[in-house]
Parts: sequence; C-alpha cells; structure tokens
Amino acid sequence: MSTLGKITRRAFVIGSAAIAGGVLFGVYKYKQPYPNPLEKGLAQGDTALTPYVLINATGVTIIVPRAEMGQGVKTTLAALVAEELDIDVQNVKVEHGVPSNAYFNAAVLEEGVPFPPQDDSAMANMARNFMHVPAKFFGVQVTGGSSSTVDAFEKMRMAGATAREALLLAASAKLNLPKNTLRTDNGEVITKDGQRISYTELASLAASIELPDDVKLKPRSQWKQIGRPVPRVDMVEKCTGTATFGIDVLQNEMLYATVKVNPNLGAKCNSYKANNAVNMKGVKAILPLGDIGVAVVATNTWYAFKASEKIEFDWAKTDYAQTTDALFASAIAAFTDEHQDSQMRSDGDVEAILGQAGDATIHREYRAPLLAHATMEPMNATALMKNGELDVWVGTQMATYALSEASRVSGIAKENIRIHTTYLGGGFGRRLEMDFIIYAVMVAKQLEGTPVKVTWTREEDMTHDSYRPFAVARFEGVTDGDSVSALDVKISSPSVMESQMSRLGVSIPGPDSTIVQALWDQAYIIENYRVTGYRVPMGIPVSSWRSVGASQNGFFNESMIDELAIKANADPIEMRLGLVTHQPTRNVLQTAAKMANWGREIPPKHGLGVALVTSFGVPVAEIIEVVNTPRGIKILNVYVVADVGIAIDPLNIEAQLISAVNFGLAAAMMGEITLLNGKVQQTNFHSYDAIRMHQSPVIHTKILENGERIRGIGEPGTPPAAPALANAIFAATGMRIREMPFNKHIQFV
Amino acid sequence: MQLNVNGTSHDVDVDDEMPLLWVLRDELNITGPKFGCGIAMCGACTVHINGQPARSCSIPVGQVSGLVTTIEGLGTPDAMHVVQAAWVEHQVAQCGYCQPGQIMSAAALLQMNPNPDDEAIDRAMSANLCRCGTYPRIRAAVKTAAQNIREKNA
Repeated sequence: MSTLGKITRRAFVIGSAAIAGGVLFGVYKYKQPYPNPLEKGLAQGDTALTPYVLINATGVTIIVPRAEMGQGVKTTLAALVAEELDIDVQNVKVEHGVPSNAYFNAAVLEEGVPFPPQDDSAMANMARNFMHVPAKFFGVQVTGGSSSTVDAFEKMRMAGATAREALLLAASAKLNLPKNTLRTDNGEVITKDGQRISYTELASLAASIELPDDVKLKPRSQWKQIGRPVPRVDMVEKCTGTATFGIDVLQNEMLYATVKVNPNLGAKCNSYKANNAVNMKGVKAILPLGDIGVAVVATNTWYAFKASEKIEFDWAKTDYAQTTDALFASAIAAFTDEHQDSQMRSDGDVEAILGQAGDATIHREYRAPLLAHATMEPMNATALMKNGELDVWVGTQMATYALSEASRVSGIAKENIRIHTTYLGGGFGRRLEMDFIIYAVMVAKQLEGTPVKVTWTREEDMTHDSYRPFAVARFEGVTDGDSVSALDVKISSPSVMESQMSRLGVSIPGPDSTIVQALWDQAYIIENYRVTGYRVPMGIPVSSWRSVGASQNGFFNESMIDELAIKANADPIEMRLGLVTHQPTRNVLQTAAKMANWGREIPPKHGLGVALVTSFGVPVAEIIEVVNTPRGIKILNVYVVADVGIAIDPLNIEAQLISAVNFGLAAAMMGEITLLNGKVQQTNFHSYDAIRMHQSPVIHTKILENGERIRGIGEPGTPPAAPALANAIFAATGMRIREMPFNKHIQFV
Repeated sequence: MQLNVNGTSHDVDVDDEMPLLWVLRDELNITGPKFGCGIAMCGACTVHINGQPARSCSIPVGQVSGLVTTIEGLGTPDAMHVVQAAWVEHQVAQCGYCQPGQIMSAAALLQMNPNPDDEAIDRAMSANLCRCGTYPRIRAAVKTAAQNIREKNA
C-alpha cells in the first residue's frame, strides 16, 4: 500500500521529497518540506517541476541525487522518474544536482529497527516508517546501506507522475481541450487528432498550474522501463575514457598536490624536516595540514609525490592497540558484561539446553581481520577558494555532510559553497568519510584564488583508511537429531557507528545494531537462540565496508550452521530448510539448490558449499563449487539467488550480484590488513590484492521477487560468499577454516 | 621533448624520470588513463606504445619512443573501437575507473590474437584489477569483440 497517498500536491510541487508517515506521527515540522534546491539558480525559461525534474528549452533533466559509484543508481533512479514522466531515459539528461536536505535518504536508517527483516507485522513497519522522521530531520543525503532504490521507489516515480500531470494540465489549458482527451508519449503530449506538443514547450506554463491531489502511479502492467534491462546512461562515457571522476577534474591554472598524514591514525605530526623538498623541480609549496601532516603542492601530481618522499616526519603515537595480536586480544577481552552492547535475540532457555548437553556442546571461535576499502580511484578532491566563495569537486557518498565540512573548515557560509559531485571510482563505504574533502579545503584555503587537485598516493590511501572492523565470534551449539536445539552467539567487535559518527561530530546513544547484523536478524527459528553483541572500545578508525557487519558475521554464522549440520549428519540445505519458515527465504535456498543440482554425485576432489544470509532485507543463497587441484583450490562456479521484492532492472541486479560475490570472495581468499607499531603494514596492491580475472569463477544468478517489498542490492550478495567458499573447501578437503583470509591456511589458483 | 599521443605531437618540458601517466594526465590533460597504484600492479593506467600494452605509471617518459595511444585514441563515443562497442553491448562497466585500462589490454590482446581462449584471456587480463569484479562480463565482451574482428577480417 502506498504511503505516498498522504502527500499533498503542494508539498510535492514546492519540493518535499516523500513524507511518508508524516500525518501518522503528526509532527508539523516533519511535514514541512525542504525548499526545492532547483529553484535557486534557475535560468530564464527553466522550470523545476519537482526537486527531481528540470525542464528547459533544450530538454528534460532528471536529478538523481545519489552517488554513482558503480551500482548503476544514476540509470535506475532516473528510469523511475522517466517511467512516470513518460519519456525514454535515453532521451533525458541525468545529473547529480546540488547537495540538499530535500534529497534526504529516508530508508537508510530502516535497518536500525529492532525487528528482523522477515517481520512484516504492522508494528515492525510502523517502526521502519518512524525511522524516516530522524532521517528527514537530519536531512542526510547519503548513498549507502543498499537503500537508494528503497528510498526512491515511490518518491521518484511520484516526482515523474506529478511533473507529467502538470504538463498534461498545461497542455489542456493551452489547447483548451479536456485533459482526459490528451495522452503522453516519450516527451510529448498528444491530442486525439494527433497534434503533438513537446514537454519543453509546455514547461513554463506547467510551472504555474494548480495540481489536483490525486496523482496516481502507473500499475505495474504498464511499466515500459521499470522491470527490464535499461542500458546504463554512463556506459559509453565509461568505455571511452570520457567519464569525469573526481581525479579527472580540470580547472584553468590548476595546481596539483598530495598529502602526508600521520600513519598512526588520529595522532599528530610533532614536527617535520622538509629537507629541501620545496626546491625540487615543480614544487610550489609545502603547507601544514592542520596538526596532522603536510600537503605538498606542485605543478604536477608526480612532482608532489616525489617531494613528499623527501620529507622526514616525527609522528606522535596513538594509545590504541599497536599490533594485530593486540587488536584480537582487545576483542577477546571485551567478552564481558561490562562491554555488552546488545542482546537483540533471546529465545527459549539457551543456558538450560547448553547445561544439559554438557560435553556434547559444540564450541567454536571464528575471526575476521581489518580490511581496507581499496577503491580503484585513490582518495582525491579538487577545491578552489576565491572571493569568499568555495567550489569543491569530489566523488562523495555524503553530499550534505561534504557541504557542512567544507563550510566548517573554510569558514565560508554554506550558501557560498558549491559541491560538484563527480563519478566515484568505487565507494564501498570509503567515500562516506570526509578526510579527503577536508584536506583539499585546507589546501585551497592556503592557496586562495588557485584551484588545487589533491590526490593521495595509493600508499597514503591504503594506510589511512577507516577499516572494516576486526571481529571475534564465539558459538555454542547443540544438535538434536538432524536439527539444532540451541545456539548461543557472542560477537565482539568495535562499533562502526560510534567510530564513523565520532568523525562527523555526532554521538549516537544506544547499541550498535551493525555489531550483530546478520546474526540476530536471520530467518532461522531455533527454539533456544541467543545473540549477544560486545563492543570493543574505540581504537583504530573503523567504518562501513560493503555490507558492514554482515561482511564478517555472515561468514561466522553460516560456517557454524554448516559445522552443526555436519555434526548432526544432516544435509546442510535440508537442515537450514528445517529451521526456516519465511517463504521467500526458503525459495532462494531451494532455487539455488536446483541451479547447482545439489545432491548430485560430486566428482573426486570437488566440493559444494552453501550459505544463506539475509542482509539489508534481502535473503541471498549462494552455492560454491571448488576443486582441490595439486596447486591449490580453484573456484569453479557460484550459484547465487537473491530476492529483491521488485526488480527494477534485472541486468543491473545481475551485475551487482556478480560484483558483490567477487568482492566477498576477494576478502575471503586474501583480504587482510595488519598492524605493526600502530601502523598499517599493507601499502599497495602487491601486499593487499583482490580477485583477478584468472581466479574469477563462473557466476550464475537468479533474481526472485517474492519478498514483501522492494529492496536494494548493492551489498547483500557479499556476505554469503565467504562462508559458501569455506564450506565448499571443507567439502572438498575436510579442512575447516575458521578465520579470514583463507590463504593463511590454503593456496588458491 | 616530443611525445606523440593519439596522432598528435606534443612538446613537453618535464623531468625525464616523470612516468608517462603523469605527463598524459597533468601536462596534456589526457585523463582517460587512470592512476591506481603507481607500481604497475593494477593496470588502470594501461596505454599502447607502438601497439603494445604498457603500464604508463611505471615508464619514465624519457624512455618512451614511438606512438602512444590512450583510450581516447582508441575510439570516441561517436566512433567506438570494436572492443569498446563490445563493452557497451555487454554493459561491462560499473564504477568504470579500471575500464580504460581493461579495454586497452583487451585491444592489445586481440591485435595479436583474434581468437583467444579462456587461458589466453586470463593471461592477458590478469594484470588489470577490477574492484567491482566485472570479470565475467569482461570475458564475454572480449569474446564478442574477437568474433566481430574475425567476421570483419573474413
């Protein structure tokens, strides 16, 4: 049922985005729309029909205010508007637009509710809707949490439908014909006798039209663009070297810079010796970067890189764990009542069953290391401060925060700052951070009047990340016949939310649900079942990394379930099906089993492993086939099935599943960041590699649409990859691997 | 020194040791070749020198003799090279940052071997990293481009 029925036309035209649930909560302020950012700076003849549709004489522009970082959102969201506006998305211009609270993401906080995603009760949905209120108050324009399509599905279609309605009414007035005699087709209004008027001709009249309240969305049966493959609007640019990433921004008279920041993350730079670096060829200046390092400015990025190597630093130390062993010791030490963060599941009487089982209880411990995001495009931003105004060109996942931080650092009011959001050469959560933006503004502030592009070396990028947290999981399980009668799950990890929010100057009270994500909220029904999260005190910065807590917890949980199945002498798929009643989740598992022909005779040295993880509301089953060759493990096939509720673009969803699987496999096989003397030891792709062509398996995908509502798919394919691989390796070799990365224990070919 | 890029000769006045990549990007504003690692480990900077694939981040410009071709010189949005067209047909790119390098590696492979098997594709393409993991579509696009080249030559 559409919550958008409650939207008034006026709110929409003025520029509110979805205000789902606003009436329900009766919060006046919440209902108040944000101003339409397109109305500022409209040129003569431009018409902004909603915050998402801009029409002028040259054509129709759709605003997609989410970061295009590979997930295809620029095309997918534009298609939602285009479908209802009745214009082919290939015939419009698509732009990111300016940062604006009007583009807040209502869905990004929905995951934080204390109801598992399988719960579709009125109470659970009310809680999810309630999360739209803080999301709107904060006005956070964020791209992450697999939330863009969830957030946009109704409001961007509604934006298209509202604009189309305005254009129809304008045509009706202009031609003096009843509206119901008019129709639209691909950017034109058409009369009964075949007269055609383009949207561009009607736009200025449409802007002054009073709209009825009952704008309706097309039924699914009439969709022409949603539900089928739409060629990506960024594809040709990206295949011809003409797409502009942050690192490609060109400005007249631009200088090039790089930064050197304390590798003891968060600690100060005590002092530095420039060693004549400023006199090296091409070097213009060595500038302090607050109290944490320096920037080297030159006429060419490479001159800046070379000179930065000449500088000697005296770095202050941090007071957090200085080695990898100390990190894991801190996780073990946090398994205490004092550090308990949450207990979001406590069914039956786990203690009693574990006590009765005694020695028959299976105790297991699993570990996952820190991981870098390692986007292909190293961190960078370009900034120009001039005449009290500031321009920043950057690929960011958090446009409104970027604006706030640029204002804070520069001292320039937000209204005099322009953030130009470019393509992102990978995000994976890294570009939710503000450091690369802050540094560029710090440099621009010291070089007033000169545009400067600040590019990090790969070494700086890899050693100055905010990492996927390390984690230790402890399980105690009891089997009963061919099933599980008790499972006690304890997980210890630093809090992503605490670390991330502290860097934004925000503190969030209460537990961090990402610590127990993909543990407490799975579809399994076990009579005696407890999930407890423990929070390791803040230390090395940690952050969201594609699929967040599920990236490690999926591995832990699904490895343990596999161990229990083997202990119970049960088929791993049959046992899982015995624990799941949620029908869409059962379907993904059964479909994957069929695709992989589960139960067939397995050739010698081959092994099949399965994993089932729900994250961001999407149940995903993966079955991996490996062969144990004399040179190591070869991954042959991956069968992946996901239920997204409604598939906006199946070809793009397939791409996201392939991407997520390879991202998960890379981490499982070889991903590891280690610490020594407080510093990250991996500096470049020679020591922190990822999956490459010769290791990439054949990936078979299937998309289902049985889920209760639409879901995002950027992340959910990642978590099952590691456990499915671990379980396949066990099936092929008998070796059970309980820590990532697996190449500490076994070779891959 | 003189540098011929995409058929145009440029006068450049830089340190001989400067890697070709940074001459292209910061001196000539040719930004198709990307900076990824600086140590020839990721392939994002791949260009052709006299038709051979080269990691431009690790070749001093002073050692470059011959014709340099970048992704911009391979084909344009209005006149794409057969490999670029295959990339679009298979909707390969996601974030797209590594794709200029991937396409240049693939184009060089097909120049030498218009009928590569999976092993040949693995060998030629494994120096190019893609964090989005687009490898299955890259493989499919290489095969489509190969077929189109063979049909054109037949």
